[in-house]
Amino acid sequence: MTTLTMGKALNAALDRALADDPKTLLMGEDIGRLGGVFRITDGLQARYGADRVVDTPLAEAGIVGTAVGLAYRGYRPVVEIQFDGFVYPAFDQIVCQVAKLHYRSNGRVRMPLTIRMPWAGGVGAAEHHSESPEAYFAHTAGLRVVVPSTPQDAYTMMRQAVASDDPVVFFEPKRLYHVAGEVDLDAPLADAAPLGVARVVRPGTDVTVVTYGGLVPVALDTAAAADAEGVSLEVIDLRSLSPFDLDTVAASVRRTGRLVVAHEAAGEAGLGAEIVARVVETCFDALRAGPVRVTGYDIPYPPARLEAHHVPDLDRILDGVDHVLGRPSSFSAVTR
Amino acid sequence: MVYTLAPVTAPVDSVEDVARLLSPDGTRLPDRHLDAWVADVDPPALRGLYRDMAVLRRVDAEGVALQRQGQLGLWPPCRGQEATQIGSARAMRREDFAFTSYRELGVFLTRGATPADVVLTWRGETHSSMDPAQVGVAIPQIIIGAQTVHAVGYAMGIQRDGAEAASMAYFGDGAMSEGDVGEAMVFAATFAAPVVFLCTNNQWAISEPVSLQSRIPLSRRAPGYGIPSIRVDGNDVLACLAATRWALDRARTGAGPAFIEAVTYRMGPHTTSDDPTRYRDAAELAFWEQRDPLARVEAHLRAIGEFDDVFRDEVAAAADELCGAVRTACLDARTPEPLTMLDDVYAEPHPALDLQRERLGAYLASFADDGEARA
Ligand SMILES: Cc1ncc(C[n+]2csc(CCOP(=O)(O)OP(=O)(O)O)c2C)c(N)n1
Repeated sequence: MTTLTMGKALNAALDRALADDPKTLLMGEDIGRLGGVFRITDGLQARYGADRVVDTPLAEAGIVGTAVGLAYRGYRPVVEIQFDGFVYPAFDQIVCQVAKLHYRSNGRVRMPLTIRMPWAGGVGAAEHHSESPEAYFAHTAGLRVVVPSTPQDAYTMMRQAVASDDPVVFFEPKRLYHVAGEVDLDAPLADAAPLGVARVVRPGTDVTVVTYGGLVPVALDTAAAADAEGVSLEVIDLRSLSPFDLDTVAASVRRTGRLVVAHEAAGEAGLGAEIVARVVETCFDALRAGPVRVTGYDIPYPPARLEAHHVPDLDRILDGVDHVLGRPSSFSAVTR
Repeated sequence: MVYTLAPVTAPVDSVEDVARLLSPDGTRLPDRHLDAWVADVDPPALRGLYRDMAVLRRVDAEGVALQRQGQLGLWPPCRGQEATQIGSARAMRREDFAFTSYRELGVFLTRGATPADVVLTWRGETHSSMDPAQVGVAIPQIIIGAQTVHAVGYAMGIQRDGAEAASMAYFGDGAMSEGDVGEAMVFAATFAAPVVFLCTNNQWAISEPVSLQSRIPLSRRAPGYGIPSIRVDGNDVLACLAATRWALDRARTGAGPAFIEAVTYRMGPHTTSDDPTRYRDAAELAFWEQRDPLARVEAHLRAIGEFDDVFRDEVAAAADELCGAVRTACLDARTPEPLTMLDDVYAEPHPALDLQRERLGAYLASFADDGEARA
């Protein structure tokens, strides 16, 4: 075991992927000499050369589109989109090409791409640097969408994503890049939880809180605060957003009878809506209250000085918990 | 038949192969094509260009200082690019309209941006405070290259209106690789839109040198789309002014788009969060120090006896005044009320958002009851 930040754990995973398979290559803007704006690829170009760690022209559609061609040729490209908000120029390539080629070719063509990007807010960044575009990708069949919340998961899930024969959209919660944790760099991949599986990070009995990425530590803090008030929260880290692990979520809701889903992406047509709908479809009988979503507002990501009001924090998640417990909350304060 | 059997190999990073009216030491050089476009620039006008550039440099330094003091979240410095920005912006008329990236501080100021406009966005108070209709500049663009297509569309509107005006698209050397810029040039050429493409080639896109974006000088791409182009010394304010006047005049008079590559250098980091020592060497910086855009105008003004202590003090005072106003605007900034973040998402009422506004209001009020407002 070593202690690494999530950023360093990702670097170690990419290093390992490059070492293990000569067909793996990294591509993106500023990933070479600079090591990426968050230094996730730091040192890799020096180690593997500019052919394996490729600084590309500034063209996201080009980066993803050429990765498609490389995949046709048997390569395993790992591309970096510099920030969440800059993935949209590549959106067409991702949703029309990367996601669909296996299907369109009746399974003959594999697209083992990993599309990495620093993701979501909470770091006081400028416009377009704090977006949560996960729902667009989760809505697209053919893509896997994942978000780690610990350095160990970042390391393991990145290696699994690169190894996957399906395209994986890999969101890296930028507010967790500098958070350190224990990482076992040598644990065999075969022993790790599969990519599509959620984890109960804190067991509890009264309310299930489902979240992912940067909000997992917030949900754990919320659980500690609730505990002090005599309310027991079960916290689930989804890890994989598409597919999402309905079994783990439903099993938890069957135990607790109450569900709060928290994410910082806008609520409307977001992941939370999908999770709530699936839970209602599967275990309506077990629910003791209508599920609640605690999300970012349905607005473009606000200016940095207002983001603390937009991104769910401990108090807002508790507010949602209050509601499913039948206590006064902002949800009940306003009824129509 | 046109054959291009061998690739064109003019080194993309050559910075000498440019049109120039002021040499780095301040000597006025003749240029057959450009001279006519600055024939009216007399010593007072030249001093005006110098003043604008000097004030811009100071305001830019103030932005960096405010960021270092924790007052701004980020700042994209433009030191070294003063001649490109001031020369081109001074060529515009009121009725022209500019579409820029985030780094065109000199264009914003020239067009009438206020001190608050300079800092509020980088402070994270608002996505933008400039009023496009007022200043004739679109909301500055962070998405690389996206503004170029907008500029072409605006120009198509000018064309439809039969107006005598043009739009300007400002973008970087890195942006030249984005699909949007290629599409912008296709549309501009196809519709003969009155648009001027001004590519600020500052040699770097964050850590990537221009040679990673192109094998040929960027200005050579435009003719491939059917757009005439010129490559000018971007550190020469006169050449930038002349080239932009030429291009704008063509556009306004119905001759269609034009492309200018201004060859300059980003002296500072990409932004205040960047560390250029990781990718750039000191010799390169020293080379460009010798070609400073301000120093050469000063040298020229001195040579013609138009630069004295009175003028120097006057420029310093103008810079002090604007910097003071920028600092005040920054320090006086008040963060908007949380509820305002739900405003302006739509122009017309939206029931889901109205509900969220009420809910957030109730939520915030619940803290006020506890006596611990979350403002
Ligand atoms: C679509 C998109 N991709 C990536 C980025 C991140 N990014 C911001 S500035 C920049 C470099 C731009 O270089 P250039 O176009 O030469 O302009 P400069 O900043 O040098 O003025 C990059 C990659 C972005 N803002 N938008």
